[in-house]
Amino acid sequence: MNSRHFSRALPVVGPLALFVVWDLVVRAGFIKPILLPPPIATLETLVTGLLGGPLLADFLVTVKRTLEAFAIAAAIGMPVGIALGSSERAYRSVEFLIDFFRSTPSSALIPLFLLIFGVSDVNKVAIAAFGAFLIVVFNSAYGVINARKQRVMAAKVMGASRWQTFRDVLFWESLQPSFVGLRSAVSMALVIVIVAEMFIGSETGLGHRIIDSQQVLNVKSMYASILAAGALGYALNVLFLLAEKRIVHWSGR
Amino acid sequence: MNAVLNAPVEPYADVPKPEFNPGPPGTEITIRGLTKYFAGWPLYENFDLDIPKHRIVSVFGPNGCGKSTLINMIAGLIPVDSGEILFDGKSLKDTKIGYVFQNYREAMFPWMRTIDNIAYPLRLERKPKAEVDRRMQELVASFDVKFDLNRYPYELSGGQQQTASIMRALANHPEVLFLDEPFSALDFEMTLFIREKLQEVFMKTGTTMLLVSHDLEEAVYLADQVLLLTKRPTKIAEILEYNEARPRTVETLSDAGFVATKKRSLEIFQREVRR
Repeated sequence: MNSRHFSRALPVVGPLALFVVWDLVVRAGFIKPILLPPPIATLETLVTGLLGGPLLADFLVTVKRTLEAFAIAAAIGMPVGIALGSSERAYRSVEFLIDFFRSTPSSALIPLFLLIFGVSDVNKVAIAAFGAFLIVVFNSAYGVINARKQRVMAAKVMGASRWQTFRDVLFWESLQPSFVGLRSAVSMALVIVIVAEMFIGSETGLGHRIIDSQQVLNVKSMYASILAAGALGYALNVLFLLAEKRIVHWSGR
Repeated sequence: MNAVLNAPVEPYADVPKPEFNPGPPGTEITIRGLTKYFAGWPLYENFDLDIPKHRIVSVFGPNGCGKSTLINMIAGLIPVDSGEILFDGKSLKDTKIGYVFQNYREAMFPWMRTIDNIAYPLRLERKPKAEVDRRMQELVASFDVKFDLNRYPYELSGGQQQTASIMRALANHPEVLFLDEPFSALDFEMTLFIREKLQEVFMKTGTTMLLVSHDLEEAVYLADQVLLLTKRPTKIAEILEYNEARPRTVETLSDAGFVATKKRSLEIFQREVRR
């Protein structure tokens, strides 16, 4: 009984240890408080900030931009990926382009997007959507290409037409890899949105808040914003894992 | 000059098309001149075969002789290089067939409930719901299903999944049922159960069945005809008739006729393997 309670508490051990070490380091004066505030004060700033302080407004802006970028990427990327995947010749002809731009750090394209969209809110969403889109396309296309051949054969032998095979088999087969793509895409969208908020003259957002606090050496606010960004990324990941488990319920069975 | 260039292109015009000889009356599947090469080597070359209607034919032969390839070509899952395959004079696309795969895990659709998997061939034919429901009840009764068909396939045991995939294959009253080693991924108990169910269905409906098996006892037990194949390039080694009355039971397995047919099949098989 005791050991079971103990195993449940295991995931908390790491974060607690981190906070203890952090606290000791600050107390012992190894790092100046002007560079690293004590953990309790940081958490306090985080909590009060998210409970209606200015941090909350920036947090929500970042969430909104990330989700907008993600929604655009998913709404265009999944159909395009599935369509490309169902014609292997079509996919092979654009494979290099997708792989090339997928390998190009999206942040390197920020100046290009600045030229096109200017210093606007649209810009941040557009570039994040672009980076996320490539990931979605790639994963959905491969999902269709690598669909289990036997299920396709089973549909064919039952007399399914090409379209029926697509609708009843290929689409479903591609869902699991598509979800992997969506999950990576939302992380990518968050990364690019934060970077864009830092460097494309932004007035709002977590990225803007992090760099602003750093400029005025408000380290408590900076660390709280970093933690908030981390919590957001983690929450999005967990949310997508849960959604995947519900929707692609047969995955891994 | 122009006239010659524009003449209809007819390659091999001087090779006469072989005449099509239909099989004897009561033939379900007629195979003529079937040719299939794999990596430049002939697997089947000018292969002819008649498969009788309303009978169970077991296909047995050495490893790599293409037993599964043969039924996959007949079922249209693997393209043939040349040759003709007719179902009672019709082409495949005018014929309803059922197919049971060895690997039931990758044959069922895990995103559909088991009952919807079984009804899928009827949905493809856009049958009205009442008719689908009636057929489902029939199938459930004849397979004596005791498990919950509203579960997803992956929630069922292997034997239950294979039972469901046989029900799916039979749902739209196919003319021919193909079975590609349907028992080899199952435990003994389930094999016995499904074997009996197949025999019952056959006695009730007389659906022509083509069974690939690697278990000689099972092949002979279910068969009216045992089709023995040679090593590649594959030919017919022999076709053995086995006319024991149905239902066959456990006693049949020690019956003189059964033992003799099994022994004869084994002799031919060994002769072909050593050749």
